[in-house]
Amino acid sequence: MNLILLILAGIFVNNYVMSQFLGICPFLGVSKKVDTAAGMGMAVIFVMSLAAAAAWLVYSLILVPLNITYLYNIAFILLIASLVQFVEMFLKKSAPALYQALGVFLPLITTNCAVLGVAVTNMQKGYNFIESVLNAVGGAAGFALAIILFAGIRERIADNDTPKAFDGFPMALITAGLMSIAFLGFSGLIKL
Amino acid sequence: MDPMSIVFPVLSIGGMGVVFGACLGVASEVFKVDEDPRIGQILEVLPGANCGGCGFPGCGGCAGAIVAGTAPVNACPVGGAAVAEKVGAIMGVEASSSEPLAAFVKCGGTCDKAKNKYDYEGIDDCNFAVQLAGQGAKSCSYGCLGLGSCKKACAFGAIEIVDGVAVIDKDKCVACGKCVSACPKHIIELLPAKKKVKVQCSSKDMGKNVIPNCSVGCIACKICEKNCPFDAIHVIDNLAVIDYDKCKACGICANKCPKGVLTGKRPAQPAAPAAPAAQAAPAAEAPAQEAPKAE
Repeated sequence: MNLILLILAGIFVNNYVMSQFLGICPFLGVSKKVDTAAGMGMAVIFVMSLAAAAAWLVYSLILVPLNITYLYNIAFILLIASLVQFVEMFLKKSAPALYQALGVFLPLITTNCAVLGVAVTNMQKGYNFIESVLNAVGGAAGFALAIILFAGIRERIADNDTPKAFDGFPMALITAGLMSIAFLGFSGLIKL
Repeated sequence: MDPMSIVFPVLSIGGMGVVFGACLGVASEVFKVDEDPRIGQILEVLPGANCGGCGFPGCGGCAGAIVAGTAPVNACPVGGAAVAEKVGAIMGVEASSSEPLAAFVKCGGTCDKAKNKYDYEGIDDCNFAVQLAGQGAKSCSYGCLGLGSCKKACAFGAIEIVDGVAVIDKDKCVACGKCVSACPKHIIELLPAKKKVKVQCSSKDMGKNVIPNCSVGCIACKICEKNCPFDAIHVIDNLAVIDYDKCKACGICANKCPKGVLTGKRPAQPAAPAAPAAQAAPAAEAPAQEAPKAE
């Protein structure tokens, strides 16, 4: 039950984009079309789950035993960057269809701070392996939800007359802010 | 201070870096994409201008699509038959259907045949003219404005403005598609160069709205559709459209068209000098009633 709550909390209450303001770069950059936003969302779910699992392993099997946990940031960055590169190569070879769908987004995720954020959150809250992975799945699903909703709104806005001064990016930022306020309505619903 | 407290972290993080790096290095060998050799070969054969005329992002995208089978071996319109043959050899496919394409202006509304709503005295560029009321001076909202944006876009000097309508010299045209994207009216299309029968009209207005504006506009009478022995021409959205997979360029539709919207007439009758070369032959489809020989 707690595990389900963990996922729900990741999607709605602790939404990485809307409540914690992580992963803003791809959120704003890849959200002009719902198609690409969905692709990005899927890619993030994929990578974040893998990264959380790998980060948990590195943390518990290397950093903790060696008593160098204060280096977690460097270790995680190293890990995530290599992992994404590796996943990209692996997919290209073994799952061309998946690569076609996610390929262009993978390099972008290397620098997605939400991925690092999940790894760090897992560590700070002391989640075990399963909880870490589920937290990542929930968080990534929340990212996907946020970016797809946002892209849908932006598509509609693009068809409308907006004041010249707000055209394009300013409008996107305002929209993102309003969406964030809406998501903050969930805050406190689930206490973990 | 224990020197080990420095050495240890350095070694462990450095070690992680080395291990990850080694993994990536090994992975790049193990997962080397072997789909590629042909892509490289095709890329060498392609013109390499990255013009995007094929519809893919540059020659690399085109080569990838050819190898993936999503594009035909003759996907490169610029290279034409010569390149298609080489690509076909690499792919092990006969470059059978390498039909050369040429851009074609789907409007025959020259100054004497199509009316204007007003006199335009602005910047000599279609893209400016379309921003004005009525999207340009021509009464027909689909017609060629004749201000030469396509001509400026053409790097091969294949486009001339003749009598208020752009005309493309298909011998000079390499089918790069620059004019296609330059035309604000979207009336230029890459069509098989050898097929002489072409619909020289883009109007999707109903016939009764076409007639007052242009004497060579398609009025959707469907005479071409009824007369085509190959089921190759159809009136879609009030405009004749030719399916070039089926079209045998027999010219029957062009001869039957009461408005002269179709190019490629045959000199079937006494003295009708069929002139496919002349874009002047306006093609039209199908007004059901009389057929003033519009040529």
